[in-house]
Amino acid sequence: MNAHPLNPEASREPYHAASIPLPRAADRRLVEPVVTLRHAAAQRGGRQLWRALDLTVTAGEFVAVLGPNGVGKSTLVQVILGALPLAEGEVRVLGGPAGRAHERIGYLPQRRSFDSSLRVRGRDIVQLGLDGHRWGLPLPAWWPGGAARRAASARVGEVIDLVGASAYAERPVGELSGGEQQRLLIAQALAPAPELLLLDEPLDSLDLPNQAAVAALIARISRTQRVAVMMVAHDVNPILPHLDTVVYLAPGGSRIGPPGQVVTGPTLTQLFGTPIEVLTASDGRLVVIGQPDRSGVHVQRRSGPQP
Amino acid sequence: MILAVGPSWNPIIDLQQMWSFPFMVNAFRAGSIVAVLASVLGAFMVLRRQSFAGHTLSVIGFPGAAGAVLIGVSASYGYFAFCLAGALLIAASPRAGPGGYSEESAVTGAVQSFALACGFLFVALYKGFLNGINALLFGNFLGITTGQVALLGVVAAVSLTVLGMIGRPLAFASIDPDVASARQVPVRALSVAFLVLLATAVAAASQITGTLLVFALLVMPAATAQALTALPLRALALTVMIGLIVTWLGLSAAYYTPFPVGFFITSFAFTGYLAAQAVQHARPRWRAASPAASASTTGITR
Repeated sequence: MNAHPLNPEASREPYHAASIPLPRAADRRLVEPVVTLRHAAAQRGGRQLWRALDLTVTAGEFVAVLGPNGVGKSTLVQVILGALPLAEGEVRVLGGPAGRAHERIGYLPQRRSFDSSLRVRGRDIVQLGLDGHRWGLPLPAWWPGGAARRAASARVGEVIDLVGASAYAERPVGELSGGEQQRLLIAQALAPAPELLLLDEPLDSLDLPNQAAVAALIARISRTQRVAVMMVAHDVNPILPHLDTVVYLAPGGSRIGPPGQVVTGPTLTQLFGTPIEVLTASDGRLVVIGQPDRSGVHVQRRSGPQP
Repeated sequence: MILAVGPSWNPIIDLQQMWSFPFMVNAFRAGSIVAVLASVLGAFMVLRRQSFAGHTLSVIGFPGAAGAVLIGVSASYGYFAFCLAGALLIAASPRAGPGGYSEESAVTGAVQSFALACGFLFVALYKGFLNGINALLFGNFLGITTGQVALLGVVAAVSLTVLGMIGRPLAFASIDPDVASARQVPVRALSVAFLVLLATAVAAASQITGTLLVFALLVMPAATAQALTALPLRALALTVMIGLIVTWLGLSAAYYTPFPVGFFITSFAFTGYLAAQAVQHARPRWRAASPAASASTTGITR
């Protein structure tokens, strides 16, 4: 099932849809899907997670991956990263097998905040996202032959500005609040100018105003830089106004489509096999009633410090 | 201990006096090499939260050195052989996952207690070793041969070169293992490589500070520097400086007194650490008092 037979950008950004021929690289970015999963199935620890998943994500698309705990949302991210093989089916990322194009993917793992005693500046954390995988030592900008390093440093400053973290980027990251750390980590993921952002519950450790602000920031980046975003989310509401597509994973199967068609009572009732109602509050927020997992308590599955 | 004469308190005259003895020259050479190597590796160890592994490696050096003396070879070989074997043993233990050190610490603890037991067995087998055991545990600077200095120099040069090549991805993997492995950084291989380098530094430092006080050169310079600055390169430079200064002061103090060199190095390093902690805790109050000062301390770039 293809979520978007037509490029959603065509309606959102008419400028790009004009008949002017685009440069070849950008052209390919528009035409070729960023992520393609065909009849994909995954297992973890011998346990079957999702199966028969068909998904296409195009440039600039904002996709939410929703579902109860333990259904394999993070596993989907791991598959796209190439860290976990599929049990069956095929995955293609940025025109090749998963795991090839790591320099074109920005990844934000499920967090964990930094240890409060970590004496590393926020700016250095962002810089690692840009060149941390390269061998050698991080040399200072005044060292001979520093043109590339000055360019890297400028890029780091640029993404820090973009996420609005300039005020605290020079402070040790352990001293910062969860929201400030999260912005810097988004800047880290953005530093290599990725074409795909994989975000695993990026709003989890944030308070409500920060959730809305970070969601809007990610949506703005997705739109203006034409970055495809796949965000694993526990709560759809902060990102609902920005979403193009919802991937809803459930033990009984999966649904992919625009949020208005997926996050509905009948669809979720069918997925979970138990009566579920979706109510819309006066402010547009969705309230899901009857879902097994929606007790309001989120269980941290991974080891590591609690936020 | 060496001379009945006390220090003149003129650093130049005192240095000339100490360096008129070849064993003191070798002690300063070996101490300087060890201080640089241990400080740099210690900085990464503190960053990686692997102090327990570092401590275990230093304890493993004890049976190594005791065993080497027992079979009649230089203690240096014993330190290096046992520390490297211990590093590989710890590296082979499964990691619980990103940031999960639980399994590693259990294995590390088991290895540590067994190593200590072996050490004391070797000491028991080698009768009349009572002076030697003190030197192994608390450090000694007498009788370092020129050959040992050369060995330390080669080991340090190789270790620091390797660290220079893997420094940035190692820092990435230490701070942020999940993202680093998504960027195809070989997190696991780097972890093994780091433990081997750490074992090398521990083995080298143990020969000066003794196996129980090796932390004086591994942890304290790094912890002191990190309390003073969050700028990575400045912290590294400061770490090496502190390591060198406490080693030189410790050697000088041990020369003029009857106490072991490890005690002095540890005490000087600890004094520096306390002072840095005091500065770190006082700093927010200074900043609150003068906003201009805060701009000048945080606005510095590399």
